[in-house]
Amino acid sequence: MQSTTNGHASPAGHAAAGTPLPDEFDVRILRQDAPDEASYWERHRVRREPDMNVISVLQRIAAQAKTVEGERVAPVAWDCNCLEEVCGACTMVVNGHVRQACTALVDRLLADNPDEIELRPMEKFPVVRDLVVNRRRLFRALEKLKTWIPVDGYYDAGPGPRVSQEAQQEAYPLSECMSCGCCLDACPQYQKIELARREGETDAEFAHREQEAFDTRFVGAHAISQVMLFNRHPTGALSAGERLDLLMEAGGIQDCGNAQNCVAVCPKKIPLTTSIGRAGRATVVRAISKWFGR
Amino acid sequence: MAKQRVMVVGGGLAGLSASMRLAEAGVDVDMMSLTPVKRSHSVCAQGGINAVNPVTRQQGDSEWLHFDDTVYGGDFLQQQPPVKEMADWGPRIIDLMDRLGVTFNRTPEGFRDQRRFGGTLFMRTAFAGATTGQQLLYALDEQVRRWETEGRIKKYEFWDFLGPVLDANGVCRGCVGQDLVTMEIRAFPADVVVVASGGCGLIYGRSTMSMVCTGSAASRVFAAGAKYGNGEFIQVHPTAIPGADKLRLMSESARGEGGRVWVPRKPQDPRDPRQIPEAQRYYFLEERYPKYGNLVPRDIATREIFNVCTYEGLSVEKDRLCVYLDLTHLSRAVLDQKLGGILEIYEKFQGVDPRDTPMKIFPAVHYSMGGLWVDYERSADGGLRIGSPRNQVTNIPGLYAMGECDYQYHGANRLGANSLLSCIFSGLMAAPGIAAWLKSVPGGAAADLPSSLFDGARKHHQQEHDRLLRRSAGGENPYLLHQELGQVMTKAATVVRHNDVLREAYGAVCELAERAERCSLSDTGNWTNQNVVFTKALLDMFPLAKVIVKGALQRDECRGAHYKPEFAMPGLTATDPAGRRREAETWCDRFQENTHKWLRSTIARLGSDGEPTITYEEVDTSLIPPRPRLYGLVGAEVIEEVWKERQLGKPATDRDGNGATGKPAAQPLAAG
Repeated sequence: MQSTTNGHASPAGHAAAGTPLPDEFDVRILRQDAPDEASYWERHRVRREPDMNVISVLQRIAAQAKTVEGERVAPVAWDCNCLEEVCGACTMVVNGHVRQACTALVDRLLADNPDEIELRPMEKFPVVRDLVVNRRRLFRALEKLKTWIPVDGYYDAGPGPRVSQEAQQEAYPLSECMSCGCCLDACPQYQKIELARREGETDAEFAHREQEAFDTRFVGAHAISQVMLFNRHPTGALSAGERLDLLMEAGGIQDCGNAQNCVAVCPKKIPLTTSIGRAGRATVVRAISKWFGR
Repeated sequence: MAKQRVMVVGGGLAGLSASMRLAEAGVDVDMMSLTPVKRSHSVCAQGGINAVNPVTRQQGDSEWLHFDDTVYGGDFLQQQPPVKEMADWGPRIIDLMDRLGVTFNRTPEGFRDQRRFGGTLFMRTAFAGATTGQQLLYALDEQVRRWETEGRIKKYEFWDFLGPVLDANGVCRGCVGQDLVTMEIRAFPADVVVVASGGCGLIYGRSTMSMVCTGSAASRVFAAGAKYGNGEFIQVHPTAIPGADKLRLMSESARGEGGRVWVPRKPQDPRDPRQIPEAQRYYFLEERYPKYGNLVPRDIATREIFNVCTYEGLSVEKDRLCVYLDLTHLSRAVLDQKLGGILEIYEKFQGVDPRDTPMKIFPAVHYSMGGLWVDYERSADGGLRIGSPRNQVTNIPGLYAMGECDYQYHGANRLGANSLLSCIFSGLMAAPGIAAWLKSVPGGAAADLPSSLFDGARKHHQQEHDRLLRRSAGGENPYLLHQELGQVMTKAATVVRHNDVLREAYGAVCELAERAERCSLSDTGNWTNQNVVFTKALLDMFPLAKVIVKGALQRDECRGAHYKPEFAMPGLTATDPAGRRREAETWCDRFQENTHKWLRSTIARLGSDGEPTITYEEVDTSLIPPRPRLYGLVGAEVIEEVWKERQLGKPATDRDGNGATGKPAAQPLAAG
């Protein structure tokens, strides 16, 4: 923080440590043309501009569509939308860390590693192309666990229940979960499921087979945390038991290995392990009370 | 016989609320979205959602005043019945969202907390931290997921809407979409198509909008014959954080919670802002608008920040235009609790903690007030007849538009925290009318129509797609053309507009459109080809860019976000009472003349030559008669006096409807 610039980081090419940053830099990208094809590394060179993030790097690469070696290539495919870390779309592995590409600022990445920036797709989801992965399983977990408030209907029925400030402040961080999947990519218990379409299989048949596979495997920290969000809401609590039962089925909370990677990588700093701890206790209580017929 | 279905294009607040309401009514719904609906642009809305609440009501507020603030803030360019209906629904919509589990901030007693937003003097805005849009969207996303598990709603995520399918009578019978992964092009029979595809900010290159906000869906509907209204009214948000890939919004709530905008009185004062004493700071909004202060309507705040930096040379930095938005006088605990989300954004992207150091911000393109023209049916009390199939329908029967992509609710300028309301309202409100249309739709379910209709439409789009892929190499680069388009549009059609610049820009846009026809693709494959999808969106930006520029060029006046200095009506200059009085009379004459001439919706249609033609339509201002917007004008009190006398002098039916119809009195004119 230099006082000469009103306390803002210097726009000139200097990292915090004072090492000059290069005028251009290399980006090494793990590409894959389609799901059933082999992946390969490709190197691009980009000119450094002020206020760059990994998204603007990928935009430049798309416009250039040429590798360091001068070979003309198809633009790298990637997923993004809001570019301000609230939509959850642009998750990828940047210099070995799973994170949102939009908040990955080039000057900081280069300050850590001036040689290059390395981009890879998420590891636990099937690659669609290049940095685009299929995260349908993540949303399926939310369906399976019924993470919503089951209101009677959408006609006017007055306000919702009163909520204390404490309860709101506890719920709010959980409701900031943007389904980005960082917690899943970092989780040792969450294993990739990649199914190939069978010869002659219809859309519906494939979707059914895929759902069966999803539903027996670990739902992951994000979904457990959503269960706790809704179970602690005054209206959601009325159906808390049902969600806990679902959370005790195959792929449920018992699959958590307590590695705590999830909470370390969450870009929203959601207290995921707190949710998991609470869900663990709640499911145990639920199981015992059911055992004794309540 | 097949069952009827509704296709909803877009899964933001408007698309989701329409879908869940239709599902509840027993209608089968398909949703098509470029992105998983949970990632829609609505998540970027930060500050809050407006509605009258029990506290403001006891301070004299009412739905009528919310309606009045909205049309006054919008410079009276809205059709009034839908706006009145929206304000009436406001409290019920917040209640519903509350029941759906939105984590609204709370008072110590457990009620919903409220903050103040621009263009009003009441604390009408409910909020969930500084991520209100995200929280509202998630609540609706969850309800739609619930209906999905029950089989009532089916989502087509990562699909691009290519255009509606119209039958021989011009009735919408479905649409064509493209799978963004497999690139399969498919026709979807549908008895109603709802376009809820959001704004078109990407026409300006960088804006506060998300990457999907290309306006392509609206443009494709426009190309099919739909009318596009008030295109030239583009909101430039006063406060955004400049970035290489996008301009990130810094919510109005920062000012709503007490944030102050200032520049050093000494141009480019090199000192740390915290070391600059109060007396050497120029709080220009507070000085010029003592009544509203930092919370003047957005068009005014934007223009003042722009002027202070450009004409007055007071930008904080020499090479980059920006002013300070200062929160450092507020307590950290309050900031974290109420603004945490947006302060984190600033911190993450600028590497500076705005709790300690004033933020540097500048205006950025933010919202499209204009959009697809939609109809409504007026009720006897001046609101809407709920259940009418005319509500939110475009001029193409069976094709509806709602949310930011319609032109209906915000006139010439949108008030902060009204967009979330208009999106949810239009979706919920229109659903019963859509259900009614389904009952009356001529010729049975679309799925039972001859397949030739859909095959033909599909083939047309397939051929277009194949033709693009076959373009020879070495032509224009679509990404660079997009940058050029953004530069042209940002220069000509944002904060300050001049006819010569606009004329030149129209030529430049036409030229870019021609060059875009010579685009060649760097990816000619048929698997997740983002290159061809982007190129299609780019091609569809040009018709809307032309609508915006042409509309702005033709509209020789100042209204809301559309500001042409050449036609501005300056304040009074005389110093003696008689002189001031005379000037005020002349001012009011001119205002009346201008209202007569220009208080009309701009309506664009695409001609067969690919050029938009523009006509003007009457605006229903029968509920609240237009009055001068006098924020901060010199001599405002004299003009107001003259204006009021003239209103009293008119016959009762013509007069300010508030007094004559027994409605609550409208707010006095804002004298700034």
